[in-house]
Amino acid sequence: MTTKKLNQKEDVVVKFVGDSGDGMQLTGTLFSDTSALDGNDIATFPDYPAEIRAPHNTIAGVSGFQVHIGKRIYSSGDKCDVLVAMNPASLISNLKWVKKGGTIIVDSDTFTEEAFAKAGYASDPLSDDSLSSYSLIKAPMTSMTAEAVKDIFTDKKSADRSRNMFALGMIFFLFSKELDYTDSYLEKKFKKHPDIVNANKAVVRAGYNYCENTDILLQHQVEVTQAVMPKGTYRNITGNIATAWGLLAAAERANLPLFLGSYPITPATEILIEITKHKALGAKVFQAEDEIAGICSAIGASFAGAMACTTTSGPGLSLKSEAIGLAVITELPLVIVNVQRGGPSTGLPTKTEQADLYQALFGRNGEAPCIVVAASTPSNCFYWAFEASRLSLEHMTPTILLTDGYLGNGSQLFRIPKMEDLPKINPPFATPNDTTYAPYKRDPKTLARQWAVPGMEGLRHRIGGLEKGDGKGNVSQDPANHELMSKYRNEKVQRVANTIPDQIVNGDLDADLLVVGWGGTEGNLKLAVEELREEGKKIAITHFNYIMPLPKNTGEIMKKYKKIIVCELNMGQFVNYLRMNFQTIAFQQYNKIQGLPFEVTELKEKFNQILGE
Amino acid sequence: MAIEHSPIELTKADFASDQMVKWCPGCGDHAILASVLGIFPEIGYKKENFCIVSGIGCSSRFPYYVNTYGFHGIHGRAAAIATGVKIANPKLSVWINSGDGDATAIGGNHFIHVIRRNMDVNYILFNNRIYGLTKGQYSPTTKHGQITKSSPYGVIDYPFNPGELVIGARGTFFARAIDNSPKTLGEVCRAMAAHDGAAIVEVLQNCVIFNDKTHRDVTDRAFREERQLWLEQGKPMIFGKLKDKGIVLRNNSLEVVEIGKDGITEKDLLVHDSTIENTGIHMMLAQLAPPEFPMAFGVIRAVKKPTYNQLFEQQMAEVKASSKIQCMDDLLNSGETWEIK
Repeated sequence: MTTKKLNQKEDVVVKFVGDSGDGMQLTGTLFSDTSALDGNDIATFPDYPAEIRAPHNTIAGVSGFQVHIGKRIYSSGDKCDVLVAMNPASLISNLKWVKKGGTIIVDSDTFTEEAFAKAGYASDPLSDDSLSSYSLIKAPMTSMTAEAVKDIFTDKKSADRSRNMFALGMIFFLFSKELDYTDSYLEKKFKKHPDIVNANKAVVRAGYNYCENTDILLQHQVEVTQAVMPKGTYRNITGNIATAWGLLAAAERANLPLFLGSYPITPATEILIEITKHKALGAKVFQAEDEIAGICSAIGASFAGAMACTTTSGPGLSLKSEAIGLAVITELPLVIVNVQRGGPSTGLPTKTEQADLYQALFGRNGEAPCIVVAASTPSNCFYWAFEASRLSLEHMTPTILLTDGYLGNGSQLFRIPKMEDLPKINPPFATPNDTTYAPYKRDPKTLARQWAVPGMEGLRHRIGGLEKGDGKGNVSQDPANHELMSKYRNEKVQRVANTIPDQIVNGDLDADLLVVGWGGTEGNLKLAVEELREEGKKIAITHFNYIMPLPKNTGEIMKKYKKIIVCELNMGQFVNYLRMNFQTIAFQQYNKIQGLPFEVTELKEKFNQILGE
Repeated sequence: MAIEHSPIELTKADFASDQMVKWCPGCGDHAILASVLGIFPEIGYKKENFCIVSGIGCSSRFPYYVNTYGFHGIHGRAAAIATGVKIANPKLSVWINSGDGDATAIGGNHFIHVIRRNMDVNYILFNNRIYGLTKGQYSPTTKHGQITKSSPYGVIDYPFNPGELVIGARGTFFARAIDNSPKTLGEVCRAMAAHDGAAIVEVLQNCVIFNDKTHRDVTDRAFREERQLWLEQGKPMIFGKLKDKGIVLRNNSLEVVEIGKDGITEKDLLVHDSTIENTGIHMMLAQLAPPEFPMAFGVIRAVKKPTYNQLFEQQMAEVKASSKIQCMDDLLNSGETWEIK
């Protein structure tokens, strides 16, 4: 719509904030999808409250959606260049996330004395000087929206629902984006309500034209550099959807029906919701009466020959602990997905944290080792869900996949793979009527036992939670046998290290500092390190996805660097795990326990400080 | 979802396990095991199509003593594990063994939900009103006031009646039997096996060590005929050594009457119908207890209702038939995608 030459930026962060119910998630999604179609790399992150609809115009009710677009996007970004605030409460609670000098767009109609007082402002922030270090754009969105839809909706409530589209129109103008995608989205979404389609289309245009006619955003207009990405078909995907699809993909490559036993829990519920849509792919989903029934039904399904999984978040993993031990001792494949959130107890249900690592590694009675892997970006949740399933099925032992709220709810571009390019998964099934079959006879290489499934002829057997005798698997209280079986179960997990790739280091071989991370922090750690290298610092990064067992070359890597800093969103669980494994190496640690991801700026500051020491 | 039958006739020996049975001599569990071993060949499914799942407790050792596929789970979770087995493979005949602690205390949640869903499983609840394997603590079915290891001054909890839980959860099948009556035990197990849906049999089982003769008020030879009402479909409710007592419905509750007294004849008695959907009479029958009333035995409730598994398979088939997405490649490429060249 505009042809003049614009300022170029490599990336921008835009955050939409408003009352829950103001449609900020949709607004953000439409902006990020439009940008992706326009050739930008993208990452998004929703920031919503634990309450569904807190009281109107209160800080508790503020819901946000952050979008990061540009040339090289690893995460949803730190502070925002543009904040769109739909009311005083959302402005006051999000001002700290705006870069100094950034642009703030507000719906000025909402800044009534009652509303700004309710938000905690002593005076009107739009007219006092408190926002002088930002570019403040006051747009009367509510009244302009009402005007734009006056021929369609006469009541204020219906008109107000389209207010978010006015903001979207303004943002489209700001970044010179086309409106076609939004039009087609609205047409599809509200197919049965042509009034709503027409109203929303009119309001997006009203917002866009308002900017064009008044010139209020003209000097701020920028063009964001397009990304250079490998050829292929892409889509936008959240970590939770990617996890769901990774599990489904693994079941297809293992040629097994997927069974999911799960109980709704924030922020993992979306995986359950997604998989249950795909009964056509043979996915059997059981919404259980509680977390324990979720995992126990999955164990039953695994015994019966399905690719079984259970999905949860921290408190749910606690409830599943005893049953994970049952899967360990019965040596059945089982994938346990933990979308971590802030703890302990109910903690911060909608916020992110990496504090369940100890629980995943050690949170069971007895010697009960599990394979533990962690996804590190929203889109690689697909591959780590697939890999967790492959390891569990081929090694006949439960595998815990750790993701987190930041990955699960965040989104990113995903290059769509072809199923035939993913490895086939080959579980060690027993052969019917094999007279030499014994439940705990092991593959000499992997130590995995064979999977004999009810219904198979000639292989009837009993297994369970009591210690089993080596080989035949009858109940055994023999002391030496218990030690032998404990060692087998541990060694079986350790031997996974023989089959996984070496850990990779990115950056300078002779770096002065090695940055170590694991799981969902990869994007920000990587960007901080890359930016420092561009500034001429000698720094390297190694980011872990295989946690238990660690890749075989882990110790070798660590020995090469004089200074190592392990960064994680907890009080130091991975660093202590590394200390336990590599006792002669000195590890420094950087931790954050605020329910928030790392910011690139704080990481760089910390790394610079260590480099300067 | 028919379960495949054995091409050859099976015998009790086909299901005998090589494991030594380690229950105490005189334990009621032996009789229950004998009954199950007796009816499995009669049911006629292939040996490999039986799967027995248990939790924790004396009764939960059951799977080791039957040569089928078996899974000995963790405390209280048998119903949840069995649910997964049955959903994953509806062509299995799934059996659950559970005690009163396992089913009504630690596993109470799974117990009511497996019933509510009408999961197609056969559930034998061994009720000895005590925790046996942990050596004698009271359970949710222990009598009010009873002295046990963990209630030295008497139990102040009020007990559950498992039948009320089953019927209260709108269970489709509930029957009650006694361990020392192999014939009737076999009959209710047979009826349970024939029922599609969650079938619960409560067996009054004697723990000779920690709660001996807990069911004496209905099993004592001296008066048991007066205390046991054996229900038969379509027959009037008669009991007593001389078959001279019956049950009538008066003023919305059940009453014991003497046949021949006050002009009462067999025709006045309540006729048992286990198939009615309304739970009213079945609940009243499940609640009958001595000394005022005889306890009801046999099949109290057996109602036809689609099972969870039938609905599950049907829904999957319908979705599969109408879905545009038939494989992962379809799903990955569905919705909004774009090409970067």
